[in-house]
Amino acid sequence: MITVDNLTKRYGRHSAVDDVSFTCPPGTVTGFLGPNGAGKSTTLRMICGLTTPTSGTATIGGVPYRRIGNPGRRIGVLLDASAQHGGRTGREVLSLAAFTMGVRRSAVPPALERVGLDTTAARRRVRRYSLGMRQRLGLAHALIGDPSVLVLDEPANGLDPEGIFWMRGLLREFADRGGTVLLSSHLLREVEAVADHLVVIGNGRIVAGGSRDELLATAGTLVRALDPPALLALLDRAGLDAAPATDGGVVVRAPAETIGRAAAEAGLVLLELRPAGPGGLEQLFLELTR
Amino acid sequence: MRLTVVELRKLADTRAGLWLLLLIGLGSVGTAAILLGWAPDEELRFADFFAFGLLPPTVLLPILGILSMTGEWSQRTALTTFALVPARLRVIGAKVAAGVVVSVAATAATLLLSAAANLIGIAIGGDGGWHVEGSLIWQGLLTELLFVGMGMGFGALLLSSPLAIVAYFALPTLWGALSESIRALREVGNWLNIGITTEPLSVPSMSAGQYGRLAVSALVWVALPLLLGAWRMFRKEVS
Repeated sequence: MITVDNLTKRYGRHSAVDDVSFTCPPGTVTGFLGPNGAGKSTTLRMICGLTTPTSGTATIGGVPYRRIGNPGRRIGVLLDASAQHGGRTGREVLSLAAFTMGVRRSAVPPALERVGLDTTAARRRVRRYSLGMRQRLGLAHALIGDPSVLVLDEPANGLDPEGIFWMRGLLREFADRGGTVLLSSHLLREVEAVADHLVVIGNGRIVAGGSRDELLATAGTLVRALDPPALLALLDRAGLDAAPATDGGVVVRAPAETIGRAAAEAGLVLLELRPAGPGGLEQLFLELTR
Repeated sequence: MRLTVVELRKLADTRAGLWLLLLIGLGSVGTAAILLGWAPDEELRFADFFAFGLLPPTVLLPILGILSMTGEWSQRTALTTFALVPARLRVIGAKVAAGVVVSVAATAATLLLSAAANLIGIAIGGDGGWHVEGSLIWQGLLTELLFVGMGMGFGALLLSSPLAIVAYFALPTLWGALSESIRALREVGNWLNIGITTEPLSVPSMSAGQYGRLAVSALVWVALPLLLGAWRMFRKEVS
């Protein structure tokens, strides 16, 4: 369980993170969404005790990170896959972590295997790793202490489609076994497939949050008409909030019935009228974080 | 204790660290070879091998100390190090402890190497005397400890490898030159010039006055950077 309460971080007059609160219950995957520079990484660093908040608190299982003895056995952290010494081999990186946490050495090879790094890769120096391989190593690093909580910053960065699919499965399984996962991303599509909860941050503030299904339900209705300009004019007259979707339709923040009735009264021919779903969520995401 | 072992291992498990250690070893073997090859026979004594053999670790070991501190930031491993051990002062303490262990090991290795070199010296007709003042051994160890500590202090304070290495070598020299040329600084310079105050360490049985000067200069060049550096690493935001 991760609990974030009114977390704020100011640098001079600039608020990087402004009064952020949310919780991540066990057994769930929480997607922490926001564009670059929205304050995701700063929030995650504050949760992990690496950055001191200006105000507010973050706890894991009720305890602030810095007060947890041997935190690696409770929380697996991957904040930046590139932040590894380029001169160490992958296996050495894991061996150091295992020894620091008091995990037996024999846990290292299976941990590497679990993330798909073979013995050749394990013997190579991290400098020669691709970003995708570093992410895999970082994930192995986060998992080797057998934690019950995972905090991952942009873990899908640099992974190929197959790797992203694999990671989703791994995180889903971790949560289904009762684990708590908090992962950040700037790509909605990336987290939507695995997260049950979403927290959306923009300019340091939480702009939306809730279960994915809830958010999907509020994403609005997608409408497509034979005569698009006439549809826009009609929506404008009706005072309905409309935004053009990427595929040529219009996403309207109103139930399908309202739009349908308005169109029928105006004699407008509709080609499509359905819940906007993920596409609408993306629209919402863009709007909220602008 | 566990952390000290981790930090010791981190000194040697990177390419840079391994090469540095290898270079120190080769350097010490080199000093013995130079003496064996070119020194007059009456100078082929255990004490001479030991004194000359200490030179490579004295010069190069501090760089290892610098990298131990700066590497966490230049390679950004501080992110994982401090996520696993949030008590940063424990990590810094472990690094300093690892520095002490390495200094002791280097001194012990130099003693062994000097013994081996002396045996070879005897075989080729050298003096082969085994006598060495006990104070020289422990003063040699103190030399290693002081310079490794100074390197770590500079590394922790500056948090950048090139900057710390340049400052480590240039600042004491600069201060030495300044205090030599400016009359008002000369007396202070004698107390604070770590180049001069460490010189008596290679002569048997240092006097109390010499220890006093050494202590004052070590306070400024070793203790102060270490304390300020630890404070900086403790406070610095990790990103």
